[in-house]
Parts: sequence; C-alpha cells; structure tokens
Amino acid sequence: MLIPCPWCGDREDSEFKYGGAAQVAYPQDLETIDDPTWARYIFIRPNPKGPMAERWVHTAGCRRWFNVVRDTVTHEIKPIRDHA
Amino acid sequence: MSRLATGGRLDRSRPTSFTFNGKHLSGFAGDTLASALLANDVRVVGTSVTQHRPRGIFSAGIEEPNALVQVGPDPMLRATQVEIIDGLDAIGLDGRSRLSAEPDTGRFDKLYAHCEVLVVGAGRAGLTAALAAAQGGDRVIVVDEQGELGGRLLSGGWDDWLKDTVGQLSAMPDVRLLTRATAFGLYDQNLVLIAERRPDGGRLHQVRARRVVLATGAHERPLIFRNNDRPGVMLAGAVRTYVNRYGVTPGRRAVIFTNNDSAQALANDLHRAAITLEATVDVRAGEAIVDTRASADGSLSGVVIAPLVGNGRAREVECDLLGVSGGFNPTVHLFSQAQGRLRYDAGLACFVPEASLPTVEVVGAASGDLSGRGQGTIMPYWLVPGEDDDWSMHFVDLERDVTVADVRRALGAGMRSVEHVKRFTTIGTGSDQGKTAGINEGAIVATQLGQPVGAVGVTTFRPPYVPVSFGLIAGRNRGDLFDPIRLTSIHPWHVAHDARFENVGQWKRPWYFPRDGEDMEAAVRRECHAVREGVGVMDVSTLGKIDIQGPDGLKFLNRLYTNAFDTLPIGMCRYGLLCKADGMVFDDGVVMHLGLDHYLATTTTGGAAAVLDWFEEWLQTEWTDLQVHCTSVTDHWAGVAVAGPNARAVVSALFPSIPLDTASFPFLAVRDAELKGFPVRLHRITFSGELAYELWTPNWYGLALWESVIEAGEPLGITPYGTEAMHVLRAEKGYIIVGQETDGTVTPQDLGMGWIVSKKKEFIGKRSFRRADTSRPDRRHLVGLFPVDGNELLPEGAQLSLESRTDPPIAMVGYVTSSYRSTTLGRTFALALVERGRERIGETVFAPMPDRLIAATVTEPIFWDKENRRRDS
Repeated sequence: MLIPCPWCGDREDSEFKYGGAAQVAYPQDLETIDDPTWARYIFIRPNPKGPMAERWVHTAGCRRWFNVVRDTVTHEIKPIRDHA
Repeated sequence: MSRLATGGRLDRSRPTSFTFNGKHLSGFAGDTLASALLANDVRVVGTSVTQHRPRGIFSAGIEEPNALVQVGPDPMLRATQVEIIDGLDAIGLDGRSRLSAEPDTGRFDKLYAHCEVLVVGAGRAGLTAALAAAQGGDRVIVVDEQGELGGRLLSGGWDDWLKDTVGQLSAMPDVRLLTRATAFGLYDQNLVLIAERRPDGGRLHQVRARRVVLATGAHERPLIFRNNDRPGVMLAGAVRTYVNRYGVTPGRRAVIFTNNDSAQALANDLHRAAITLEATVDVRAGEAIVDTRASADGSLSGVVIAPLVGNGRAREVECDLLGVSGGFNPTVHLFSQAQGRLRYDAGLACFVPEASLPTVEVVGAASGDLSGRGQGTIMPYWLVPGEDDDWSMHFVDLERDVTVADVRRALGAGMRSVEHVKRFTTIGTGSDQGKTAGINEGAIVATQLGQPVGAVGVTTFRPPYVPVSFGLIAGRNRGDLFDPIRLTSIHPWHVAHDARFENVGQWKRPWYFPRDGEDMEAAVRRECHAVREGVGVMDVSTLGKIDIQGPDGLKFLNRLYTNAFDTLPIGMCRYGLLCKADGMVFDDGVVMHLGLDHYLATTTTGGAAAVLDWFEEWLQTEWTDLQVHCTSVTDHWAGVAVAGPNARAVVSALFPSIPLDTASFPFLAVRDAELKGFPVRLHRITFSGELAYELWTPNWYGLALWESVIEAGEPLGITPYGTEAMHVLRAEKGYIIVGQETDGTVTPQDLGMGWIVSKKKEFIGKRSFRRADTSRPDRRHLVGLFPVDGNELLPEGAQLSLESRTDPPIAMVGYVTSSYRSTTLGRTFALALVERGRERIGETVFAPMPDRLIAATVTEPIFWDKENRRRDS
C-alpha cells in the first residue's frame, strides 16, 4: 500500500506506523468526566467498512504524524488537511 | 525416441544430458524436463499423493498438476517448467516430496522498479499492448513466466510477427523484458510481485506500475471421465505444444476428446507429425469417452466411447495418447487479487472479467477473447457419467487426488458453497492451486445440485499465483543479515574478552563474561559477588536516550511522566515512570536536567523507539502549542556503569579533581568532566542498589573510556559484568524491568510504586487510576517469593495457586515474573504478580509443575538494603 506523506510524498506502508482513528480528541475536563466517557476515549474506536479517517506516522522517514481517509475495503487513500 | 527429425524451437546443435530417477537421458537446449522425458518415451513420471496411481505429463506449462519432480534441494517443481541443463538430476515424486536437510545455498535478491506500464504475459495480446505503450513514450516492463517471449505463439504460428515485435521491443531503451519471471501477486496501488527463476536461486522484483496490463492468457481445462488420470491423457493444447515447440510426439496413436473447435488445429498438427488420429470424440456430436484402459505400467492403452444419451453400444479404441479439451478458463487470478469482479459467460462457458479496473486492464484471452485459442463454438460440458454410479475414479484435482465421489460426499454432508467444498475435499489446495481443477469443481457442484454454473461461482483467487520459496522472500535477509545488528563502541573489547552475548532488541549485549571454563551460573555468581563486595563495570551504552530541548520542556515532561520534575534542579536527575492513557506502565528511565530548557531522558533498551514515537505523537497531535524538540541520541553516547562499594575509588582515580563525597556529589547528581582530553558526563545512578556511577562519553570515545575504567579498577579487581548479573542484582533490590514485571496490564500501584504517581498534577493515564478496574482490591500486586526449598528455582512464567495440588482444575492467583539464584542471599528468590499479593505476605503459594509442586513464601519485593544505605554511602 502506498501512503501519501504530506511531507515526503507517496511511500510504502512499511515506512509508517499506524495510529488508529483520527479526530479522537483527548478529553479536556478530566477531573469531571464520568467513567463511561473516559472508557469510550480509552477503548472505543470506529471500525467502519468504507472510508475511515485515520492517523499515520512516517516513522522511517520524517517522523511526522498526519491524517488520511482510507477506504478499508479498497485501500484507496485520500489526504486530509487536519492533522489533529 | 519420440523426437521428430525437424521442427521445434530447440537448439539441436546443443545436446544436453540429464538424469531422471537415476537413469541417464538426453535432450536438447530449449527442452523442458517434460518435453525431454516425452522424447525419451518416459510416460510415467511419478505416483499420485494419496491413491498412488501412476501419473504422467498432463500439460505443458505452469498449470501442471501431475508431473511433479524433485530437483536438488527444490522439493516440488513442475517438470513442465524445469529447463534441462547438463547434469540436471531430477526425481519423479513418489507421492510426496522430501525437504532437504541441507541449508539452501541458492542466491536470492530483491529488485525494486517503477514504470508507467507493466505487462503481465508476453503472448500476442501482451506484446501488442507493450509495443503500443512503449511507442507512446511510457516506461514499460514486460514479464513472462516462460524462458522465451511469445506465450502461446511459441506453440505454433505467427513466427515472423513474434520475431519482429520482440526485436522492436528489445531495441527500445525504456522497455525491460523479463523472462522466467512469474507475476504472482497484485497488491494495492499496483504493486506487483514477480518471482524470477535464476540458475542458482532467483530474484524477487517488486514493481510499482501506474497501469497494469494483464495479458495472462487462458488455461485449457479437461473434461472429466472415469480413469481420466492415466499417463497419456493430456490437455489438447499441450499436445500441440509438444509437437510444434519441442518436436516431440507424445504418442503414436491418438484420440481427441472435445466439446469445442480448438482441437481442429490439433488434428492438423497430429497429421503433420505422423501421429495416427484413431478417433475424434466430440460431445457436440453426441459421444463421450466413458472410461479408459491401461497397459502394464498404468499408462493409457485405450478408451471406451459411448453415446451420451440412450443405450447405444460402447466401443473401444486402442490409443496411447488422448488429447482432451473442455474449453478455456481465462487466467483471471491477478485480476481477482486486484478485487476485479468476474461474471459467467454462458456462450464461452467460462468466467470472464466483468470490466477492466481503472488502472488494471485485461486484454486477450484473459479478458474472454478466446479467438486466439480457437475455442469457436462450445457445448458447455463438464462430467461424463460412468457406466454405473461409481465416481471414485473421476478425478477432479489430479494433484490432490480428489474425485467426483469426494465432491458428492461434501454435498451429501450438506455443503453448498464452493469454498466449503474446496476445504472439505482439498480441491485447489495443492501446489498448482487447482489451475486445471478449480473451475471444474464449481461446475460439478452446479451439475450435482442442478444449478447454473454462474450461480455457484468460483473460489477466491489469492496470492501467490505460483508457489514461492521462503528463500526468495527472504532474499539476502538471512543469517547475520536477517535483521540489523547494533553494536556498542565497546563491543570489540567484549569480544576480545570472551563475552557471551544476548540479543536485546537489535542490540548485542554482553550476557556474562565466563572465565577459565566457568559455566553461566558460576560466572554470574562471581560477577554479582564482585558488585556487592568490590566493584563491577558494565556497558550501558544501549540505553535509549532522548534529548529534549525547548522552553516548554518541563511542562512537556510533567504531562508525560507520572511524577513531577518542577523541583529537579539543573545538574540533577530523577527516575521517571511513563504510563499509557489506560494507566498501565509503558516505560521507565531517568530524566536528567542538563541546562536551561535542556533535558535528556533515558528509556529502556528495547523501548527507545516506541517512547520517542509516543513523545512525538503528543507533541504533534495534541500539544501543538508546546515548544519542544525531541531527538534520539541513543547512538551518540556510550555509557559505562561502575558499581559496588569500591566504585568511588575507581572513579576518583580517573577524576581526581572532582570531589565525589556524598555531600559534594550526592545520589542522582550529574557533573560534566574531562578525561584524557575527551568529555565525560558523570551520573550517580544505580541499578544494582550499590554505590554506583554512570560515565557517559560521546560514542567515539566509548572504548577509550571503558579501557580507562578497567585500567583504573585493576588494583581493586574490577569485574566486567553482563545483563544476567544486572538482572539478578536489580531483582534483589526489587527494581522492576518494564516488559518483565509488566505486560501492559500493570499499573504503578500494582507494582507498589504509588509513591511515584503525582496527586497534584495532570499527566497521561492519571484519569484511569479512578476507574473501577484499576481500583479493584483484588488486583495483582508485585511481591517477592522465597521458595521453601532455597535450592529450588521457580521457572519464570510459572503460574501460582493457593491450592497445594497438581491435578487440574486449579485456580490461579498470579505468576512468576523474574526468578534467580542469588549468591548475595545464599538462596533462590523470585518476583511475582499475585492477586491481593500485599495482603498475603508470609503466606504460602504453590507453583504446580508437571511432576511436582513448588511451595514458596510470599515476601516484600525487596531483598537487599531496604534502607538504601549502600546506595547512598
């Protein structure tokens, strides 16, 4: 699989590490949130059949984290801008 | 001999001698083992895998299910693909092959390439596509599994066109032509893996192509009838190949059995080769072969022909060659691997690609254009009933010895899907992957169930398309080159002093330094004793090291580590613990405060890369406002630990100007110094519990520093020690090793390290310590164990129970994480994770072994110098 690193261009997936679902925000109000909310952050991630926003890090390259949308059926990858 | 006087694509000026089953035979350059065997009248090549039936040559190519041979260390090759060379020594498989006990001496390499167009298959369609693309200015790679370009054209016709086209392509600079190279996998974004056969090994080509053109042709399939497996029964197209390409007559008296037009060309070829055509049996004319007869060696001696319908009389015809054609299956394997969809074409009686994919085009016979194979009109027909209801000799998969009776058994057991029938019967699971059997399997299921063939479908085509050796996949990554080996700058000294090494990640670390024939136990005992009573020295260069700089460094560390660093002044260091967000221990190390906005964190030897990734993840994805830079400096520094009551004397001899008394240089202090003109950083840190210093120097000076320490320590009997002694010493002191005392389910509190978890500040994982699970009272705690018999060594990983019995089921309450013989304690001891362990101190637990029970007393997990007097002395 080729992964489009926003800094280095298309590279083989063996250069990257997978970082799971993207756009999963770290909870802000840690003192007040309840256990189920925290547990959802720790343990629950989307696992769609089809397009999925996910994070990768170019470990064997520029070491930058970035987000892409990958179709989990076809492995078609589209870059997205938001790197949070 | 059955060689024609003229014809074929052989070099008759180069006779080639080889042996088969020990017999000396000869052929010509250009022969395959199969064509040479036929030329030498060898009809029986081996016996089948389960039924031990004699088997011969069935095809002329990659699809061969029968003629399997062992050649040297290669346990299973197709005689139809082995090119003969002088001295070739082949053995026909007697059922199964034998793996060689010798190491593979073949040379394998990997090559990487990119191109605009990759053409798979160099027949007429492939060469046409390649020429068009190359003329359009594209970089083109053409791969073909045969030794010569041309595909089916090599078996007759189009000679001038072939010569001209190959000539044009060869002259073009941006065209690469690869022969003996099979594209066996088509992966995401057109990564194509190609296995190239070389005389002594092979090459794995990994080609990334903008566009892939599949010109993979079609495989002829047989019709199925009783005793259809005898040597002499051959695919009709294969007979043509042997006659035209190799100048061989595979028989003298032939019969043709077909349901389509393609065998017409075979009749002409037989005539030219003076092979008598005894009969043409065409199901379209209402006749079929219902059985065959065998001669003494099991090879074909005749066929039984009967009308398809009614009770007409059967007749027997003598023959030694039967050319069979049941139609053609487009070779859609790679297309299917690329997730291309297939449809059943009733007119062609085969599965064809529904449509080309955006970047994968299918052309020629592979696309369903069977005009080149001359299929013409076809009457879909698959299976000829025998004269009774016995289906046990109607072979569907010749390599796996699976018959129609087996398929009927699968259906009788309730299976309906071709995937289930495949797994129940093993059809298509041989090394040929059912190239001549798979489609027939589906068709037989369909006919037995009375369903349309298209509705039953085909089994999934998965890579690899052909068997691929492990040697090819490994390439040069064998032995020492299997994985990178990391060596410290002090390594040559260790080698010169007979160290035994252990692998820690990619590092080679000295394990122990045996002297005068010591075994490991004796060496470790001596090394431990030296550190406790004198002084020892250890290479600690492999510790992971991350340099952390920037104005927000302190804030960053405070958010990551469970403990705070606000009170850490410049020139001091502090032990730190890292947890993941789930609150489980992830790594540990020492954080040094080196200067304004400058820290350095050490990690475990194995965890360095993961910790840096973790730091970067937070910096880049969550805390993008922090001004911090992290740099791996693991390889920049060599480290030498000097440990033991005499450590101060050794270090002081090297650095006489630095006061080392505890008041001037307390535990956890850091000082920069110089030795013989090179920089050395001194840290007072211990991992043995003794008074100890870690001396760091830029990697370049590592060996010089080590040798200086050895020299200065010589009068005090300084003793180099390895990782095993280090493990024993730290366990005596109750220091954990992440990954040994922890496994990703252990919290700091489980380890009795609540003291390092800040109550005041926020850090990664803190919220999880309020989860119900992490506050369960029955969690496993780190404890110590003293086996009741002080000579008994608990195996690491041993399960622990409160019940003193060995017959299961036994309720387990934990397991041993570390276990050693201690010369310091004069007995064995262990660390363990035990349910409610801290409440069980003084109680007895039991480790059930296969033959006995080991009893041990639960203790606190610290066995040596609880008051840290030695550390701080």
